[in-house]
Order: sequence, then C-alpha cells, then structure tokens
Amino acid sequence: MGITIHVASILGSWGLTSPIYFPSPTDIGYGNDFLLALQRAHPARIRGYCVVNPNFRAHAQTELKRCLDAGMIGIKLAASRRSTDPLLDPICTVAAQRGVPVLHHVWQHRRREYPGQEASDGVELAELAARHPKVNFLLAHIGGGGDWVHSLAALRDQPNVFVDLSGSGVDGGMLEACLEAVGVERLLWGCDLTIDTGWAKLRYMEHLLSGSDLELVRWRNAARIFPSTAFTSD
Amino acid sequence: MRLDVNCFLGAYPFRRVPGTSPDALLRAMDRIAVDQAWVTHLPGIFWSDPAAGNPWLYETTARHDRLRPVPAVHPGMSGWEALLTEARAARVPAVRADPTYYGLDPAGAEMRALTQACAAEGLPLMLAVRLEDPRQRHPNDRAAELPAWAVRTLVRSDPRVRLIITHADRPFVEEVHFGSTPEESSRILWDICWIWGPPEDHLETLLRTVGVDRFVFGTGQPLRLPENSVAKLDLLDLNPEQRSSIESDNATGVTLGNAKSLPRADVRGGPKS
Repeated sequence: MGITIHVASILGSWGLTSPIYFPSPTDIGYGNDFLLALQRAHPARIRGYCVVNPNFRAHAQTELKRCLDAGMIGIKLAASRRSTDPLLDPICTVAAQRGVPVLHHVWQHRRREYPGQEASDGVELAELAARHPKVNFLLAHIGGGGDWVHSLAALRDQPNVFVDLSGSGVDGGMLEACLEAVGVERLLWGCDLTIDTGWAKLRYMEHLLSGSDLELVRWRNAARIFPSTAFTSD
Repeated sequence: MRLDVNCFLGAYPFRRVPGTSPDALLRAMDRIAVDQAWVTHLPGIFWSDPAAGNPWLYETTARHDRLRPVPAVHPGMSGWEALLTEARAARVPAVRADPTYYGLDPAGAEMRALTQACAAEGLPLMLAVRLEDPRQRHPNDRAAELPAWAVRTLVRSDPRVRLIITHADRPFVEEVHFGSTPEESSRILWDICWIWGPPEDHLETLLRTVGVDRFVFGTGQPLRLPENSVAKLDLLDLNPEQRSSIESDNATGVTLGNAKSLPRADVRGGPKS
C-alpha cells in the first residue's frame, strides 16, 4: 500500500481491565509503554501519540512529559471527557509548549449521549480549538461514523483543525465536501482500523487532486503540523 | 471482466451525492475498470410508486450497453405482477424491492408473494440491507434496515427463488448463512460492498466459511466510493479463478440460469465506451 510511517496510539488495555474510552492510569501507562517499545523496535516506521485521560490530571501531565520526552510526536484524546471541558486545557497547554498536535476522537454530530464514551462532535472540538489557537488539532475521523456534513460545517472557519480522512465510511461526496469545506491544506490521510477503506479514499483522491495537492494529503500536511524532528525525511 | 451488481442512477434525497448521471457512472466504471453495471433508479426507492422510475431506467440503460436495469417492484401496488412480465421481456438481470422503504413488512405476505412470483419467472430478487451507515442517516430517513430473519424467511418461501443481497455486513451474512440449509444458502448471493476487507478478517473469513461462490462484486456507487470494493479484493490473496468468480462469474451464473435473462451485451467483452 505504500505506507511509509504509521502514527499510532494504543487506548489502554482496549477494554480488558478498564473501558476503551475511559482507560485507567495503569492501563494508559501500559498502552503507552507498549507503543514506545514498538516505536523503538521500528524506528523508521512507527511513531506514537501519547494517550491521556483528562480526568486524571496529575497523571496526564506526568504521562505527557514522559512519553513526549521519549519521542512520541502527538497527543491522543479519545472520549474520556467532553472537548469543551476545562480539564482539557492543561493538556492543550502542553501541546502548545511542546509543539505537538492533538488528535481528538470525534462522533460526527452527537445528538445524544452514547454509552461507553463521553464523545465530542465537530462543534465541540472547534470550541476547544478556538480556545487554543496555537495548537493544531486533528478531527478523527471524518469517515468514522456519524453526520460528517455537520462536522465539516463546524470546521470551515476554524483553521487549526485538520480533518483526518480515516474510518470505515467511504461515502460518495465525502471527499469533495472535505475539500470544499477546509481545503486541501487541512486534510490528512489516515486509515484507522479499516485500512481497505483508507486505501480506497486515497485511490479516489488520485482522481480529484493534482500531484502536488495529493502530496499534501498523503504526507506534506502531516509533516507540517508534527514536530520538525518527527520524521526521518521531509 | 468485472461486473458491478450494485449501482444507482439518479439523485439521493438525503444529501448531495456527486456522479449520479449515466455519463458519470460510466466514467466511474472506466476509472475502476468495471465492464458492466446493474443499476437501480435511486429516487424511485423513496417514491410512493417505485416502479414509476422504471420507464426512465429502461430507456436510459437501452442507450448504454454497459448498463443493465434492475427495475423496482412494489408488491403492495396493484398490478405489480405485470412489472415482472415486463422485466422478463426486457431480459433484466434482476428486479429489486426495498420493503422497509415501501412501508411493507419485509417478510410479510406481499414480499413472499413477490418472491414466489420472481421464482416462477426465473428472476433473481435483489434486496438491500441498508443504503447508508445508520449513524449518519438524515433525521427523516427512518426506514428500518432489512432484517436477517426476513432474508431467511424469503429464501424459504419458494425452493426456486434466488436472492441477491446487497450492503450486508459479516454478522448479517453469517446469521443468514448458518441459519439456512446448505440448499437454501446456495440460492443467495452476497454483494461485498459492506463487508470489511483486510486487515480486518471479515471478508477473508466469509470467503472461507461461506464460500467464494456466494459472493459478487458490488460497490453501491455513487453512494459509496467504488474504489473500496476493488481495494478489498486487491488486499486479499485470491487466485485468478476466485477473483473471477467474485468479479463476474457468480453474478452471470445467477442470470444464465434463465435463458431469457441472458445479458444483453457480451458480458465477457471489455468496455464498449
């Protein structure tokens, strides 16, 4: 498939000893350690997001310092606390200080509460991004389920939110709508669990974009928002 | 030869979808090397009388050798039986019904009557489990998804009926397949568009447990990017015979069973435009 570098996260124990979207500090440490080991074992291919649970404030700060010092290149927030909550602010402050992006799991157009997660939607992520204009945010994942039209409308005027194209959704018109809403310079290719759908979207993008614009989506936009030392080449 | 059994023409009422014209579909087919497409009139699914879209569908597909019509039949509308006669005369590859969008019990008396009539005419019946991910449907798009028990009921309603089920995921396929006798299962074809491909093991597992001969290439385009169905096959280790079975042979086999539904075009030829 031609994937050069995989930027990944591990959500704790994936439900084994604490919930996937509400991971315990112990499980967070376990998952981050596992990913750091993978990063060390495959230094040319794997990079990591540091996962934190904002509800454990002190642990989150400790974990961010530990993992970013160890070479992780971003922060992963899933759905442990709504993105509009002040508990996310100290995490975003670290992101600004360290120059790393925040990837935030999003449920497109959250019309209600869902069991097992405290999900945020595009409007709520845009509020967080507005509070932290020096931090780049990744909306994960526009193809991950839900009303992506609603998300794109919320992001149009929030320039520090990038749209990650991953997820199982391969809706006709989705990629055109992404380009129209945020432009080619705010799109990031990703695959999430279903790599075949990610590959399909990239194949389709090849027919929508010129070579140089396609390069932006494939990797240049990512190289711009991650730390300059994150990747071995530009 | 690549045959897409699951395509639509016409506008979708619940969001903007590009590429719904015949010319756009043909361009998309060229892009992913699809030789022939079986097409449904998409707006008609939502009309009170879905068959009102059939004349346009017949007329449009008559102008394009690579497109073959899948006309709609609403078995709750008077005179629906004549639509099957018309469909058979037109040598269509299948007819379709979307009972939950029509407000019908998906395994009720009307649908069982349609199923039996299709069996008598030798026409495969196409049914879609869904059109979109339920998490993103428009607030007013409230029709239920086709339940697996309805497929099990319909396939048992006549020993000759052949069903083509589109937009089913792995749990749905498994529930129907292992909830049916081998003979019943042998009369069902599954489109691959909604089944997760590698590295998830859904499609690979189904090809092993249900059988390569039960799956057909479908995309759901233009509601879905057709590249996805190609990508998931590209990521599997299939030999040429298996790939050919999925991409064309299984679908042509279900229509070749009835001489009057032989493909109008040379299905083993390449694109004609």
